[in-house]
Amino acid sequence: MQLTVWTYEGPPHVGAMRVATAMKDVHYVLHAPQGDTYADLLFTMIERRDKRPPVTYTTFQARDLGSDTAELFKTAAAEAVERFQPKALLVGASCTAELIQDDPGGLAKALNLSVPVVPLELPSYSKKENWGAAETFYQTVRTLAGPNAPAPGSERTPRPVGRAPSCNLLGPTALGFRHRDDVLEVRKLLESIGVEVRVVAPLNATPADIARLGEADFNVVLYPEIALSAASWLKRTFRQPHTTVVPIGIGATKDFLKEVGELTGVDPNPALAGEPSRLPWWSRSIDSTYLTGKRVFVFGDGTHAVAAARVAQEELGFEVVGIGTYSREMAREVRAVAERYGVEALITDDYLEVEERIEALQPELVLGTQMERHMAKRLGIGCAVISAPVHVQDYPARYAPQMGWEGANVLFDTWVHPLVMGLEEHLLGMFREDFEFHDEAGGSHLAHGTRRATAAAEPVPEPAAAEIRIAAPVLQAAESRAEAESAPAAGEPAWTAEAEKELKKIPFFVRGKARRNTERFAAEHGVAAITVETLYDAKAHFGK
Amino acid sequence: MSDVATLDSKPGAGCGAPEVLRERGQREVFCGLTGIIWLHRKIQDAFFLIVGSRTCAHLMQSAAGVMIFAEPRFGTAIIEERDLAGMADANDELDKVVTRLLARRPDIKMLFLVGSCPSEVIKLDLSRAAQRLSKRFLPDVRVLNYTGSGIETTFTQGEDMCLASLVPELPAASEGDAPNLLIVGALADVVEDQFVRTFGKLGIEEVSALPPRRSTELPAVGPHTRFLLAQPFLGETARLLESRGAQRLAAPFPLGVEGTTGWLKAAADAWDVKAETFEAVVAPGQQRARVAIERYRERLAGQSLFFFPDSQLEIPIARFLSRELDMQLVEVGTPYLHRQHMAEELALLPTGVQLSEGQHVDRQIDRCRAARPDLTVCGLGLANPFEQEGLTTKWSIELVFTPIQGFEQAGDLAELFARPLVRRTKLEV
Repeated sequence: MQLTVWTYEGPPHVGAMRVATAMKDVHYVLHAPQGDTYADLLFTMIERRDKRPPVTYTTFQARDLGSDTAELFKTAAAEAVERFQPKALLVGASCTAELIQDDPGGLAKALNLSVPVVPLELPSYSKKENWGAAETFYQTVRTLAGPNAPAPGSERTPRPVGRAPSCNLLGPTALGFRHRDDVLEVRKLLESIGVEVRVVAPLNATPADIARLGEADFNVVLYPEIALSAASWLKRTFRQPHTTVVPIGIGATKDFLKEVGELTGVDPNPALAGEPSRLPWWSRSIDSTYLTGKRVFVFGDGTHAVAAARVAQEELGFEVVGIGTYSREMAREVRAVAERYGVEALITDDYLEVEERIEALQPELVLGTQMERHMAKRLGIGCAVISAPVHVQDYPARYAPQMGWEGANVLFDTWVHPLVMGLEEHLLGMFREDFEFHDEAGGSHLAHGTRRATAAAEPVPEPAAAEIRIAAPVLQAAESRAEAESAPAAGEPAWTAEAEKELKKIPFFVRGKARRNTERFAAEHGVAAITVETLYDAKAHFGK
Repeated sequence: MSDVATLDSKPGAGCGAPEVLRERGQREVFCGLTGIIWLHRKIQDAFFLIVGSRTCAHLMQSAAGVMIFAEPRFGTAIIEERDLAGMADANDELDKVVTRLLARRPDIKMLFLVGSCPSEVIKLDLSRAAQRLSKRFLPDVRVLNYTGSGIETTFTQGEDMCLASLVPELPAASEGDAPNLLIVGALADVVEDQFVRTFGKLGIEEVSALPPRRSTELPAVGPHTRFLLAQPFLGETARLLESRGAQRLAAPFPLGVEGTTGWLKAAADAWDVKAETFEAVVAPGQQRARVAIERYRERLAGQSLFFFPDSQLEIPIARFLSRELDMQLVEVGTPYLHRQHMAEELALLPTGVQLSEGQHVDRQIDRCRAARPDLTVCGLGLANPFEQEGLTTKWSIELVFTPIQGFEQAGDLAELFARPLVRRTKLEV
């Protein structure tokens, strides 16, 4: 048993729902008890979808368990086909139904339905949402495209001379992080070099579209977590190659175009002409100097974490001080990136471990998920969201892709805005005791927004060292832990009152790092009491 | 799952008992675990540990629509494959999780082990686990258990199960004790305080609430206890309180002027409060409530209303909207109809109103589309799709997350229903 409060991923059947909801003309009959319908609101509320997810829940109750839950499933499946007239039916079980072992696949087969049935076996007690989405997409592709597969061993007919190369875009689902806009941007990118997009799947694809996936010359894997298993099967079965680069950021977009060029023989250079993205100049312009070496912690699904680290380090000039993912499937890729930047990879789906790492690293910016956004808020660190899990805010009304040229513009804006800007940073540093512009002041220019300022302007008695530690934003994280840590452990260096006061003159957004560096310096040099001298000794020792 | 719709027109409570359409099929409702979202805030030193699956944990973080990111006093012990395969003893694993949790949260005085669909299906005996763990952690922490599983409970029934698990823990009132009044059902703190003040003015001094705000303040119960249900979904809790000698005061629920008056009156009568005193105490509140409600009458009067089942609050709220704001009831769905506790409410409903119990969501959607009501009260999974079809909706979950009971909140309750209609007329897009 694993104790958890928040989870990065839902159960695998929610992954299946993301595929079913993305598609047209499919219906998913889910053997599940009452309550599992909560998943509908993920789509109708978070993503603001204007249709119910195409899912029928069998809704068995305790009293059905002894009698015939299998019959309940069969009735529900037959009714769903009659009512919704899908062109393909997905069937499966949620965690509870998995335990009663009714075999939805077998039961649906016995019904002799008029539509193809895709049986899904998604082990709820060992797998999670992204795996469920990948497996569902793979099984759907196999079932629907399989009948059109060429004889094993036969060669793929070469593309006729004069016909434009074509591809499918694989991986975008419902409830994906910016999938809607990434699809548009990548389509634009491919069309700019004369590559035709045939089918986008599963997003807005019909079963008929899935059946003709094999017609395109190659596949673009937009989200490997979801599309790689289906793309690999298509490669084996239809001899269709697929891309391996995810075009997030300038460098990756160029690499992606190059890869497409190699797969198709098309010259990708026209797409690079002119200045297709503003990011390079925005980053080189001198206002961006203050971005140099900003310490960034990256966490998300594997694809977005890997991409974000590259953009942060190479395209914005940040310093990646930590990287991690909750996608164990992508652990290898994330470890490789960590090694490249000389940091330790964090592979975990326990948000408490992530929070501890952020606390320990004291980055100036967190690039993470909605979970990290909340952690960063508590720790007083800026954060931009780069990956699922998502929140209603991650479905902006405006066009905001992550991929391609426009995606790079979006990344620049959204990652830079949470940071304290150039000259403002200097002024905050120079005049620490300005009664209006200190970090306790509220964000608003209006009186009611400055309650904190009023309180702070009043004379505050010098708190004891132990109390100051609680007041540090770092430790507001979890009340319980804050209590536990409120008294310095024996042997740890203690802060003198003057040093604490001096520390407060350091801007809040780097204060945590200064505190940590000073304590580390003191511990390493056997300093028991941290004085103002120690603070500056540490500063000299560690640099900025 | 189909063909179990029956029309039940047996004469029930009150005169002109309405017809009840009983349905079985897909239910678009939450399970009982969801009650933890308000219960963990209400009882401030309690922790709710769901013993369940990743689905349960995902439900909890999705259901409220927001993640409440102050560290919540709930969590999930996620059952894993090794627990099912017998590679690990589920009870040992649970003990480990609880030990770690309580070490982390020394402020917790009461721990609820909450059963889920998977824990029920694998027959994990949480009552034995609770006894075992209580033995180990008492007197610091009391460990109780109840089920919030979807195979047994619908949404607010989770609170019923939770409060029912508290009843055997309530201290016994002594024989010689003065009669005491128990308000049963979680209310917003502000509403609870208003009621306690009103009872004080009526001369009823011994008033306590179940659940209490702190687990160490469990109210006493005995033959001199009279209790008022503040919420309509507490069948099991009421039964157990009665089995300890307490008497339920039959009343409508405290929603709107009429409901609140009837609810307070039931206690006043039990305490033999003089009619004049009662009138004098409630008149200012009644008057304020009437003024507050009046503001929305023009918007709501004559508008037709369709309730999808959700919290069991549907019937009392429908009664309020129909009698105090002249709204027209098309269909009033409830997940479960407790005829005895609902008797006073049913008697106040207009004749001929269509009630439905249980759900077959697709058929109910068909009925709703055919009726095209002016306002549809439904869950979050249905609201946006209905809006897109041109129906105006009110999210039902707001009705359990907003203070709506009592005179001072009657206007707020009316406003919740007026707002979507006002918004429709305001928007030019």
